[in-house]
Amino acid sequence: MPSIKLLKGNHAAAYACKSARVGMVAAYPITPQSPVVEKISEFVEAGELPGTEFVKVESEQSAIAAVIAASATGSRVFTASSANGLAYMHELLPWAAGTRLPVVLCIASRALAAPWSVWTDHADVFATRDCGWITMFAENNQEIYDTVLTAYRVAEDPNVYLPAFCAYDGYILSHTLMPVQVEDIEKVDQFLPPLKHHINLTDFEHVKGVGPVTLPDPPDRGEYGYAPGYFEFRFSMQRSLEHSLSVIKQAHKEFSEIFGRSYGNGVYKTYKMEDAEVAIFAVMSVAAESRLAVDFLREKGIKVGLVSLKVFRPFPSEDLREIFKDISNVVVFDREIGYGWEGVLSYELKAALYKSSTQPDIKGYIVGLGGRDITYQQIAKGVQTALTMESVNENPIQTDFIGLQLDKLQFLKREGGY
Amino acid sequence: MVKSVKIMDIPEEEMILPGTRLCPSCAPQLAYRFILKALGPKTIVAVPASCMTVVHGMQGATPVKVPVLNTTFETVAASASGIVASLKNLGKDKEVTVLAIAGDGGTVDIGIQGLSGAAERHTDMIFCCYDNEAYMNTGIQRSGSTPFGAITTTTPIDGKLEHKKNMAMIMEAHGLSYIATACASYPLDLYAKFVKAKEMKGEGLRYIHVLAPCPPGWGFDNKLAIEIGRLAVKTGFWPMFEIIRGKMELSKESRRLIDPTKRKPLEEYLQPQRRFRKLSPEQKQELENYVADTWNTIAKRVDV
Amino acid sequence: MEDKNYPQAHKKILASIQYPQIGEAGKTGTWRTMRPLIHEDKCIVVKTGTHNCHLCWLYCPEGVVSRTIPPTIDYDYCKGCGICAQECPHNAIERLEEGGAKACPA
Repeated sequence: MPSIKLLKGNHAAAYACKSARVGMVAAYPITPQSPVVEKISEFVEAGELPGTEFVKVESEQSAIAAVIAASATGSRVFTASSANGLAYMHELLPWAAGTRLPVVLCIASRALAAPWSVWTDHADVFATRDCGWITMFAENNQEIYDTVLTAYRVAEDPNVYLPAFCAYDGYILSHTLMPVQVEDIEKVDQFLPPLKHHINLTDFEHVKGVGPVTLPDPPDRGEYGYAPGYFEFRFSMQRSLEHSLSVIKQAHKEFSEIFGRSYGNGVYKTYKMEDAEVAIFAVMSVAAESRLAVDFLREKGIKVGLVSLKVFRPFPSEDLREIFKDISNVVVFDREIGYGWEGVLSYELKAALYKSSTQPDIKGYIVGLGGRDITYQQIAKGVQTALTMESVNENPIQTDFIGLQLDKLQFLKREGGY
Repeated sequence: MVKSVKIMDIPEEEMILPGTRLCPSCAPQLAYRFILKALGPKTIVAVPASCMTVVHGMQGATPVKVPVLNTTFETVAASASGIVASLKNLGKDKEVTVLAIAGDGGTVDIGIQGLSGAAERHTDMIFCCYDNEAYMNTGIQRSGSTPFGAITTTTPIDGKLEHKKNMAMIMEAHGLSYIATACASYPLDLYAKFVKAKEMKGEGLRYIHVLAPCPPGWGFDNKLAIEIGRLAVKTGFWPMFEIIRGKMELSKESRRLIDPTKRKPLEEYLQPQRRFRKLSPEQKQELENYVADTWNTIAKRVDV
Repeated sequence: MEDKNYPQAHKKILASIQYPQIGEAGKTGTWRTMRPLIHEDKCIVVKTGTHNCHLCWLYCPEGVVSRTIPPTIDYDYCKGCGICAQECPHNAIERLEEGGAKACPA
């Protein structure tokens, strides 16, 4: 029988590993991810994860290197990190994607230092953007559990074979208890068949090297024909990422059929978008808070809805064009900044809707950096302000922030500083 | 101590197919040739950025007849740890040997954290440092393992100002079951040490540090590759020993060198190498002192 | 890359895999400027008919000298480093300039 447990977000991720029969885990503690590591250690030592090897490495860099190696050897692998730990893994992130290994990595999202901050902020997730990974988000603890299972299913698809992130907010989800339905492992097996090795270093009948130096152009390998060049490998990664969108949707469809839970169409979720004229676009904790803002604004007579992005890479531009086609204004709330430009979600959405036939006005705000609380009232006010603006689509000369407390810094005002 | 091996005891089959991308006279390749003969076909290798990446070849084809995982410069020990864990997960750990093989940079500098972690965790693997005493693959820059006085492309005028790290002692501090030093010029001894390390499977990380002369990097004639390594041993500059479960024993070629008069003059080792061409008399004396100190330390530990 | 040894997966997606093949860097014998020539009349293995030396086999980094009686050299891949000639205790290996008259006895 499936059991409903009261779980922190981090523990939901650990339970998902257990349900997925993960064979090898390597991880290093960092706030706010550490409880994932602790819970999995508990499972392993209590004999609840038979056969699973947990390598307690001495750094995040070694964690990601070890799971990459174990994946190439033939195990289903898991790791998790946050902020600086994730940044320390960075060199190996394109390595996992370039080697086409279905590694799953949970990110308990946290602000990047300096200055030190252990609180939520999406900068760590978005800094991994161009590494070739599938990037998925979760808004609550049940969704963390479900997204980890889906991530394995998609990553291990023979037409995809790419690593995947499952990101959720540090503290807001990682350390907050919520009821989570943990499924029967046999039922999970139906959804997630055993990993089909595609590199499998232990196949001594077909000895192979993995990830060697690669030339700009394909060399002629005689009886083997031409070997791909670097350009072809990266083309293949991009095509697989593009294709993974339909794989994600299909996996999500099967998931909802088996388990009875669904998250929009698997790549984005909507709230009260049916008759909406105005839309909020956000992810993770900000999207969760925006649901309250939608209700609040609707009471004031504004027909607003929410689009919460579930899959950031591959970016579902076709879906977004479709959902925003009858929308006059989109207000985007980013809990990070593409420094020197604007919020990442904001500019990515603008790019996705470029030259679409019915282009809405798009206004972006930066909110909640480094764990600053962001309330539904602030989000609602942002929407209302955006609706009064003219020509919001012009290049933003300055980004707009909601929730700054500059009034407490009188000296800054006095000196005209920033 | 390892048993002495004769040429005809070694498997004839080559695990590295000819026509590799490495320089002629590459002593690391010679060492690797015998390492793989010792470990046999049921070996999985992890390789960081190094000349070992070069021997493994470019996309599509490799000369090496065992499975290999390439990884980043600093992560070879962590990658090997991942392979070991996966083999246990798959129930294949008993039958397979895992080898991490890195250059001196990938061992004593950028790779030392991962290596220390893998050693502390008693990971069931063999770690080999093939030491050509500088970053040869990137163009002969100094490393933590470059000897005092050597000219490299980043110590171009003064030569290196510091002595090389004593990596075997650093590894001994981890409480390893097996540590050995070897030299590519003594393939039989090297082969025997890797066989020993393989036999000690299940006793955590076994560490072997192999001095491997690099003709372009050290500046000597190709044909002298064996002779230079031999002189490193015979002058006492590179002592060959094993530390088995804490007990140090000198290898056959080094045993008699405990007596300083049995050592060849260090000059014979330094003179043929262009990297030592700028040594002042004081620097030469410093190197002499280094050799003497090394042996004084050894003398306190071994039964003569 | 079409070959029976290639797993199906790698025909649908490209993964950076390499398979063992001789001459990964091509016929490295073309790198050679000096050709080693074994004089069997001086070779102790040939003279005694026993496997009592084979140092040329032992020290060849490329593994292109055979451990046979007589020893032979795979000139397709021998890079001509000269170690075998240097290390032969019986001076049975001569180094000849590549392309010179003596180097091509056949």
